[in-house]
Amino acid sequence: METSSKPHNRGLISVLFIFALLFSIYPLPLEYRWYRPELLTLLLIYWVLAMPQQFGPLLWFGVGLVQDVVTGSMLGQHAVGTVIIGYLCVLSYQRIRNYSLWQQACWVFVVCGIAGLLYQWTNSLRGMSSSGLMFLTPVLISALSWPLFVFALDQVRKRFRIR
Amino acid sequence: MLLLLINIYSDWLAPVRAQLAPLTTPFYWLVDTPARIKAWSGKTTLSRVELQSHNEALESEVLVLKRKLQRMASLAAENVRLRQLLNSAEFIEDRVLVAELVGVSPDPLSHIVIINKGSDEGVFIGQPLLDASGLMGQVVEVSANMARVLLITDNSHALPVQVNRNGVRAVAEGVGDLYKLQLRHMANTVDIRVGDLLVSSGLGGRFPVGYPVAVVDSIVRDPGQAFAAIHVRPRAQLDRSRHVLLVFGDRDNNSAQALDNSLDSSLN
Repeated sequence: METSSKPHNRGLISVLFIFALLFSIYPLPLEYRWYRPELLTLLLIYWVLAMPQQFGPLLWFGVGLVQDVVTGSMLGQHAVGTVIIGYLCVLSYQRIRNYSLWQQACWVFVVCGIAGLLYQWTNSLRGMSSSGLMFLTPVLISALSWPLFVFALDQVRKRFRIR
Repeated sequence: MLLLLINIYSDWLAPVRAQLAPLTTPFYWLVDTPARIKAWSGKTTLSRVELQSHNEALESEVLVLKRKLQRMASLAAENVRLRQLLNSAEFIEDRVLVAELVGVSPDPLSHIVIINKGSDEGVFIGQPLLDASGLMGQVVEVSANMARVLLITDNSHALPVQVNRNGVRAVAEGVGDLYKLQLRHMANTVDIRVGDLLVSSGLGGRFPVGYPVAVVDSIVRDPGQAFAAIHVRPRAQLDRSRHVLLVFGDRDNNSAQALDNSLDSSLN
């Protein structure tokens, strides 16, 4: 993996992040809100797996913090989650890259599940925990959409030659 | 990281939040764009016939409302006279500000909506929000031109209400369901029936008196339980209203003062 990045890479990647952020606050009816895939988390995982050298801890933290500010959750809640996810990605990206898409999806499920557990924990400290395993629903949806997501982003990467 | 979490639980980051809140406005504005385009196109592509029928419907509605208002005027005058007789505070009309809903909280656990008016228009924390048919919630976070409103159905929300028919007081608590509130600690023998209208009682000092809140949906009086299980249905259309009203209850101080005055005069 070369560390040289084309000047337009950063712009495009941040545009993708902003789209994911907009998606994460797009108004949905209450009963469907559980089924929203966490595109922002998926995007972070994707880019950290793709170019771990460029996506450092500060960026993970920044992404989570921006998500916190925009979604109005507790400051730091998502930031902790994204840092943990980023760390797990960096730990294992060499192995994960060689997995098939569905194996990757299972792995994404576990990683997002750990973050989801953390969100559930912070929420319950605030007295707003969900019942049972409901908090795993968005995680499951995210994991299921991972293959499609990777397919789409690979196209984008090929098209714009982001390396 | 843990330091950050600790900060969260101790409220030290509140000013930081307030500073950051304006930055989120463009995001919600952007996300709201499809809805605005839809509303705009819906309005501009109406046919002439539709407009005419709509206009007729509105005119007849105005007529009906005007008739009600005529009686209202005399009733209000009578009310004022009676209140003067009783030496109690006068009701002052609340000033309202029309706002528009621009977003909802993405968190499925919290019932929070975002409106497009903020401190620039005088919105303040704790301000009540209404829609055409009832009380919706209260403002919990304000930035320059955006505010977050906690709905009355949120898990963490409760408001004092009273039964419109006989004035029985209760506390309506949100249970995290958009169509349901729960009345707390109501004795089995209390006079409340299915279909009763609950209005805000103004006891908490936060919501103004007399706005409709909910209608009693079901009552289960189990003699084995200490209290009756009463579920009520919010009057406001919490999941569909787009145009909402912010109430400036500037009579809070007035009524408190008037109450003091009347107490003083009755003591003297």
